[in-house]
Amino acid sequence: MITIIDYKAGNLTSVQRALTHLGIENQISKDPDVVRKAERVIFPGVGAAGSAMETLKERNLDSALKESFQRGTPILGICLGSQIILSESEEDGNTPGLGILPGRCIKFQFTDETFKIPHMGWNAVSITQAHPVLAHLNPGDEFYFVHSYYPQPESAENVFATSEYGFEFPVAVGVDNLFAVQFHTEKSGPLGLQTLKNFVEWIV
Amino acid sequence: MLSKRIISCLDVRNGKLAKSVKFVDTIDIGDPVVQAKKYYEEGLDELVFYDITASSDKRDIMLDVVSSVAEQVFIPFSVGGGLRTVEDCSRVLLAGAEKINVNSAAVRRPELIREAADAFGSQAVVLSMDVLRVEPRPGLENGYEIVIEGGRRRMGIDAIEWAKRGEELGAGELVINSIDADGTKEGYELTLTRMISEAVSIPIIASGGGGTPEHLYDVLTEGKADAALVASMLHYDEYSIDEIKDYLIGRGLKIRKA
Repeated sequence: MITIIDYKAGNLTSVQRALTHLGIENQISKDPDVVRKAERVIFPGVGAAGSAMETLKERNLDSALKESFQRGTPILGICLGSQIILSESEEDGNTPGLGILPGRCIKFQFTDETFKIPHMGWNAVSITQAHPVLAHLNPGDEFYFVHSYYPQPESAENVFATSEYGFEFPVAVGVDNLFAVQFHTEKSGPLGLQTLKNFVEWIV
Repeated sequence: MLSKRIISCLDVRNGKLAKSVKFVDTIDIGDPVVQAKKYYEEGLDELVFYDITASSDKRDIMLDVVSSVAEQVFIPFSVGGGLRTVEDCSRVLLAGAEKINVNSAAVRRPELIREAADAFGSQAVVLSMDVLRVEPRPGLENGYEIVIEGGRRRMGIDAIEWAKRGEELGAGELVINSIDADGTKEGYELTLTRMISEAVSIPIIASGGGGTPEHLYDVLTEGKADAALVASMLHYDEYSIDEIKDYLIGRGLKIRKA
């Protein structure tokens, strides 16, 4: 059973539909006790870091997520979920994050106007370190992105894949039983569904 | 580098697929859910659904279409047509769309764009604009005018200025639909598309006039569009998604192959 954390993030139901389509049992929950005891957790997200952190705190989901990480529960962060797990975000004037993974969430900035922000659309993902969640992918495989910030762990050891948009930036990060992707697995076609399936089959 | 997106739009009336030609007569050509799933499996990058249902009491049929699509199609899609309030937009998003698409209602009441962007984020708000080429005159120096009601009513608003206003109000993407080119299959309106792409910093989706893969190439390069909308080329099986994408890749564009 996959527990999708409900902190009012926009893509909850899309993630749920994708799991249901794959025949994977799932539930959406905002109850910290359910999250603490969950078998596997998906931490989705669309929107702003500041208000997301507020809702997580209001619902005591911040401590529940940290506890389930410490218990060894496999956790998959998606989009904003890959940013909030870091120590802090440049968004909304330096918002503190959950601090599960040391690092910072950084805003795209370009002097060249051909690089539009948000980074929106399909982009190729290059795997820099093999990981079970990224199994069965090939070089050049593309995923769907919509974001203005990207996750930058302190250590390169925690980066598993990158994409290129004016420069190379991390799009898959992880530590121990936590893995997180900046792209939308739930909207990236058959390859996106494959990564969700990989997560469900991941033995930590 | 981001790939250029190939998007198809499906016009839906009373829950059935229809493609309008020059916005006059429409003919039913099938089930939108079946068609959407087919395009998804063939590797389309994104979908747009326009609800052209005339009577408001039948609008809920569209919500059923949206949720059926969301259960089977795992690429982004937007929904437009008849969305006048944040509540209308919210229902479509809850049914499973990523983005809402506003057009006439935003021209009549531009604040709708800001309200929707505040409620759902700019990434979820697409502003579609129907544009007619006109003789340049004071107030319309660029020679492109915004029209609404499927092209029937001219608004005296400069299209380039409206695009900039839409971006300021919080639109995350723009669909530029040329009324002159729509349905002609003679190519997109390159000048208009390029003018708007250079005037704003949000992604531009070119619409209207696509008849051959070369037309897509032209609008994605010379027209500076980030994405191209195709309709009859695909709907009538004149080209497959693969054929269009292979052509564009062959000419050096970065395109996603599923």
